[in-house]
Amino acid sequence: MKKIKWVVPTLYIIFLMLPIYWLLNMSFKSTTEIINVYSLWPQDFTLDNYRTIFTDSTWYMGYVNSITYTVFNTILSVSAALPAAYAFSRYKFLGDKHLFFWLLTNRMAPPAVFALPFFQFYSSVNLFDTHIAIALSHCLFNIPLAVWILEGFMSAVPKELDETAYVDGYSFPKFFFKIFIPTIAAGIGITMFFCFMFSWVELLLAKTLTATIAKPIAAIMTRTSSTSGYELGLLAAAGSLTIIPGAVVIYFVRNYIAKGFAMGRV
Amino acid sequence: MNKTYNQKAWFFVVPVFVLVAFNAVVPLMTVVNYSFQETFGSNVFAWEGTRWFKQILHSERFHASLGRQFIFTFIILLIQLPLGIAIALTMPKKGWGVPVCLILMSMPLLIPWNVVGAMWNIFALPDIGFLGNSLNSLGFDYNFTQQSGDAWFTTILMDVWHWTSLVVLLSYAGLNSIQPAYYQAAEIDGASRWDIFRYIELPKMKKVLTLAILLRFMDSFMIYTEPFVLTGGGPGNATNFLSLDLVKMALGQFDLGPAAAMSLIYFLIVLLICWVFYSLMMKNEGRT
Repeated sequence: MKKIKWVVPTLYIIFLMLPIYWLLNMSFKSTTEIINVYSLWPQDFTLDNYRTIFTDSTWYMGYVNSITYTVFNTILSVSAALPAAYAFSRYKFLGDKHLFFWLLTNRMAPPAVFALPFFQFYSSVNLFDTHIAIALSHCLFNIPLAVWILEGFMSAVPKELDETAYVDGYSFPKFFFKIFIPTIAAGIGITMFFCFMFSWVELLLAKTLTATIAKPIAAIMTRTSSTSGYELGLLAAAGSLTIIPGAVVIYFVRNYIAKGFAMGRV
Repeated sequence: MNKTYNQKAWFFVVPVFVLVAFNAVVPLMTVVNYSFQETFGSNVFAWEGTRWFKQILHSERFHASLGRQFIFTFIILLIQLPLGIAIALTMPKKGWGVPVCLILMSMPLLIPWNVVGAMWNIFALPDIGFLGNSLNSLGFDYNFTQQSGDAWFTTILMDVWHWTSLVVLLSYAGLNSIQPAYYQAAEIDGASRWDIFRYIELPKMKKVLTLAILLRFMDSFMIYTEPFVLTGGGPGNATNFLSLDLVKMALGQFDLGPAAAMSLIYFLIVLLICWVFYSLMMKNEGRT
């Protein structure tokens, strides 16, 4: 029984890795080789695709843009959500339940619904094609999520912690930053992970809100494939590189995922 | 937890409220605005009342894409939930296997959605893709760009690849929160493996599974980028899901009125289903 147990996760991981391997495989081939030779590994190993990306600023700036707005959005979402989640977890106030549900409804809004109005709205406030525009627009679904996750973590912290701190003479800000935030550090880690994830992978809004200056890497990929025929090798290399930031983030939160998930509501 | 009444808590909520309202209220009002009017370009509008709503609700195109969307979401939930729970149950609980599993399984979640689509496109192409080539050399007649059955199969497989890990992670977290004492008690009582699952693990996972169902329902119901890149809605209209159809109408044909009406109907459907599900879950919670 013990040995059989390994089979299911192993098979699943192999299934997950296959398309990723195929993408990597293609990224080390030239486009001619991809089209003409079917092989399980590169016959004529080349780094040309990666070289093109790292020497052409229209390519590598895409990564810089994507990372910029993603980090900005993560910081914005989590720092706005922290006090709100605290309020929801500790106090009752006028309209609290309705407000909470209203926040969640925004997580349920299909981005396709918002694409066109966002384009017009952000153009009219002169934020079109800026990193701020994408970071702000991603708040639409990341803030509700952040509030929801953080509220779960905060509710798991007994209220006695707050009361003891006040008895000990802590002021609210001192308590919040010195005691409360370290207590829910795992929850904050998880929340940042989720915000980063959903902002990094979203394309529809990011593409709609940008033209040239702040264009995300994912949008640059779609453009290239349509103008110069199918540059499959280049496309595969660009795709492979988009996996790296995600992998780095997962590596950092790996312990939080295991422990943190169990603690909060998520 | 017993909460105290404190209206000052509103001050804590203000930043969130402002940021979300900034993004939600104005654009949503724009959509509402369009849905009741006819545009003739260059900002000339005429009141149309509920004409667009009636038109959408009676249009066969909308019925077809809505139907496809429901079938797709239903199949996705049917596959991903049991599969995710099964994988979480068989995952190692301690040792070096835990971080390895967690890191590798989270990978698909952090790949941009259009890269997922592009990746599956070159993975499934019948001539140069591993999946397509293997299936064809095994004797299947597989071509997802031309046969709608194959297109559905590929889209579903892609979504299973992409999102099952979310269910796995959530279930795994739920399982980890179960105290060992429960298992010891079950062993003393001579409970079978199924009993342990049915009466200990499943109830303990209820919260995370609710979240998993909600998230999977919402995201599969809104799916856009992956099928757009993989199949473009084709062949024909075979994989033309709601979001794809909506964007085609709004940005492709610039039928702003009908597209706005469709947006609102779409949003209301998601909202209604989530609300019903959420309140059912909350009702159950009150009882136990």
